Amino acid sequence: MSEKKTNRRDFLFTATYAVGAVGVGATIWPMIDQMNPDASVKALASTEVDVSAVNPGKTITVLWRGKPVFIRRRTQDEIAEARSVKLEELKHPESDEDRAKDPEWLVMLGVCTHLGCVPLDQKGDYNGWFCPCHGSHYDTSGRIRKGPAPTNMEIPKYEFVNSNTIKIG
Amino acid sequence: MSDHQYTPESKFGKWFNDRLPLLTLANHLTDYPTPKNLNYWWTFGGILTFCLITQIVTGLVLAMHYIAHADMAFDSVEHIMRDVNYGWLIRYIHANGASMFFLAVYIHIFRSLFYGSYKAPREIIWIIGIIIYLLMMAAAFMGYVLPWGQMSFWGATVITNLFSAIPLVGEGIVTWLWGGYSVDNPTLTRFFTLHYLIPFLILGLVVLHIWALHVPGNNNPVGIDIKKPSKDTVPFHPYIVIKDGFALLMFMIVFAFFVFYTPNILGHADNYIEADPLVTPAHIVPEWYLLPFYAILRSVPDKLLGVVAMLSAIFILAALPWLDTSKIRSAVFRPLYRQFYWILVADVLILGYVGAMPAEGLYLLIARVATAYYFLHFLVILPVLGFREKTLPIPLSITEPVLGGSPNLATAKNKESSIIK
Repeated sequence: MSEKKTNRRDFLFTATYAVGAVGVGATIWPMIDQMNPDASVKALASTEVDVSAVNPGKTITVLWRGKPVFIRRRTQDEIAEARSVKLEELKHPESDEDRAKDPEWLVMLGVCTHLGCVPLDQKGDYNGWFCPCHGSHYDTSGRIRKGPAPTNMEIPKYEFVNSNTIKIG
Repeated sequence: MSDHQYTPESKFGKWFNDRLPLLTLANHLTDYPTPKNLNYWWTFGGILTFCLITQIVTGLVLAMHYIAHADMAFDSVEHIMRDVNYGWLIRYIHANGASMFFLAVYIHIFRSLFYGSYKAPREIIWIIGIIIYLLMMAAAFMGYVLPWGQMSFWGATVITNLFSAIPLVGEGIVTWLWGGYSVDNPTLTRFFTLHYLIPFLILGLVVLHIWALHVPGNNNPVGIDIKKPSKDTVPFHPYIVIKDGFALLMFMIVFAFFVFYTPNILGHADNYIEADPLVTPAHIVPEWYLLPFYAILRSVPDKLLGVVAMLSAIFILAALPWLDTSKIRSAVFRPLYRQFYWILVADVLILGYVGAMPAEGLYLLIARVATAYYFLHFLVILPVLGFREKTLPIPLSITEPVLGGSPNLATAKNKESSIIK
């Protein structure tokens, strides 16, 4: 066989394939992206919660974006316990000061970071939360201490609108 | 395919067959030469076809009454149970039919493992079978979500969250699967669509599975290649049709027992509580047919590695034709493999049992040992066994051991050779 030379036909083939690939991609993308959260789902951005009735040592659970959010008013013992832990002991090192801006209030997504179950309050080896599905133990700051979950329970974006109201999202 | 040419007798038949050779296909299927020693373990292919058709027909009817919406799905299922004429029957057949389908497919798979049906030249049949099995699991999982009970919701949450173990893109994939920030109405509607689609994909793959089967023909309990057609074969119709039909009747008795006498024993009471995103049931368990893989997932104390182990446990099966290095197909002539085969069966049953138990203490330890053994079987024992095992002599034909007059094939062979001496 003689050495192949690039000719006009090769160029036409390559150009056709390239345009074809872009066309196929542009056609498939809307089919894929339609499955992402739609505008109405994204619109449910924030929730305001009245926490005036929550006493120390109590947790309330509210629904935000279809997920439970734990709002716990912690006791002094729990705060002390959470703040005395050394960061080196943690699987996912985060200080309690960073997780709870106001030490009395812990606001976090009540979703186990393993496979998404809702952990149970005041259970487990670290007096915090325990996930019944696959046995993850969280401490009084919601940090993972034992079990298969890879990270601490997530802290959503929130702020105190006034001393009695928390706005999540 | 059949060697001989087929010509329809009637003039119209010939005219039609020349234009679309459907009659040639029908003739191929009825005359198809089948090993004459196929035992009842070979009847599960036909039983599985019955299961697929049953699921498609009952599912079609259920879809006429079911409403795929987070606010209405649970009530519409109760509406089917209480108001729709024979709705209870159709739904119980569909729900228990899924379990029967898996029961039959596990027997079918373990039959292949025992008799080496996955070996050359049947690798493609085997791999198509594994793809069908994967699709069955996907269909069963999505179907279980549709009643929108507590187990539906939390099962969907746990299984979709498996994808969050993928580094970097995991969270994005999960949000994409959900169509939101949690399992919700968009998730339900897409699962309904896919649950409707998958059985038809399975149907297409079943056609390929049978097509690929009809190229080399059936394996058989002796596991040797046979001439087709010959005195070792019988035509599919009426011999195998009658045998399959009888086995199907027996199977339907078991099926009917579940449907009419204990329709909820294979389900979970929690699924009669409507989905609540704020409360996880104390003990989440998948359906029984997924328990061995669930046990493998939980036995690994790391999220990503647990998911990898679980998926590997399934995909390793696709590599089986190359992991098993033995030239001998049937376990009948492999004394060592036969023992390891039964250990594997016990291992999978143990995994299923611990998968249903809480993941702690002794159960967790047993799950870890059983998981390790599962991989050991496929990755170490099978490859090594092919080189080390001293196999028994195989007969030259199916007829040979029968004429030897002994049910033990090896003895028959020895006896025969001593007679000749």
